[in-house]
Amino acid sequence: MVIDGTDERLLGALADGLPLCPRPYDEVGRWLGLSEGQVLSRLRRLISTGVVKRFGVIVRHRELGYRANAMVVWDVPDQLLPGLAHKAIQFDCVTLCYERPRRQPDWPYNLFCMIHGKDRKTVRRQLDRLNRQTGLQDCPHDILFSGQCFKQKGARYHAAPELKCGAA
Amino acid sequence: MSADLSSLEEKILNDYQRDFPLEPRPYDRIAGCVGITEEELLETLGNLQNRNVVSRVGAVVKPQTVGASTLAAMKVPKNRLREVAEIVNSFEAVNHNYEREHSLNLWFVVTAPDEQGVKDVLKEIENQTGLKVIDLPLVTSFHIDLGFDLKW
Repeated sequence: MVIDGTDERLLGALADGLPLCPRPYDEVGRWLGLSEGQVLSRLRRLISTGVVKRFGVIVRHRELGYRANAMVVWDVPDQLLPGLAHKAIQFDCVTLCYERPRRQPDWPYNLFCMIHGKDRKTVRRQLDRLNRQTGLQDCPHDILFSGQCFKQKGARYHAAPELKCGAA
Repeated sequence: MSADLSSLEEKILNDYQRDFPLEPRPYDRIAGCVGITEEELLETLGNLQNRNVVSRVGAVVKPQTVGASTLAAMKVPKNRLREVAEIVNSFEAVNHNYEREHSLNLWFVVTAPDEQGVKDVLKEIENQTGLKVIDLPLVTSFHIDLGFDLKW
């Protein structure tokens, strides 16, 4: 679907989060020069067309006690990748699954899955099961646990206005 | 910090990671569903945010529908990791930046209005750090992010 400049500004305005006040959509509308109804109908359309995959509370895994965050990567023959990816995403522990390009010699892997767990042992156990049951165990793979988090915030596609819940 | 969630907080987090109410008073609706007042709900959410458990109420945008983005990785000498991470963080276009245990040890996401914008940021990071940046843009996304199940 086509996204116009106003949609982009709306998503930009939401990058810091929907304000915590009784009429948040009205507040966002005020920043953008839209009515509450226009904000709501644009959001509904962005969600129903799949531009917005999910609208809701965004949690931080680490602070919830899911301290082991692994990016698991495989080098999969290109023609087998979609089939294997679809098998991998059947597993609840997989929160994201992507194909990305290899960059030889630095990076030989083309299939990426994110797995979150309480601890590394759990993640490794989940990965073993996934590898066995999908056949991915035969492909070269690596597991990259996260160390320090230096930054985590919403993507900013567009300059956003100051997002405050004003008394206005 | 590990979060000690009350059962009320757990319910809010579990039930409203998706399908957030699209109506004029969404917090009032949620408050009604969990049996507290709107004011108490706003306070609870603010509190979860202050404790860093909740990042925000927001939209997860499907990759490559708005603007352009990429996942980038760098091989940073251990003694320069913090310095390089700070340079990377200084770019407004960088929204996630993590250390990972691998020879490619710094991973970050760059988002910009268009592809050229992304490339300019990667180039500038290379210039400022003197290190190579590996660019791993998305080819296909296979997963719809449905949020995070607290019951695992």
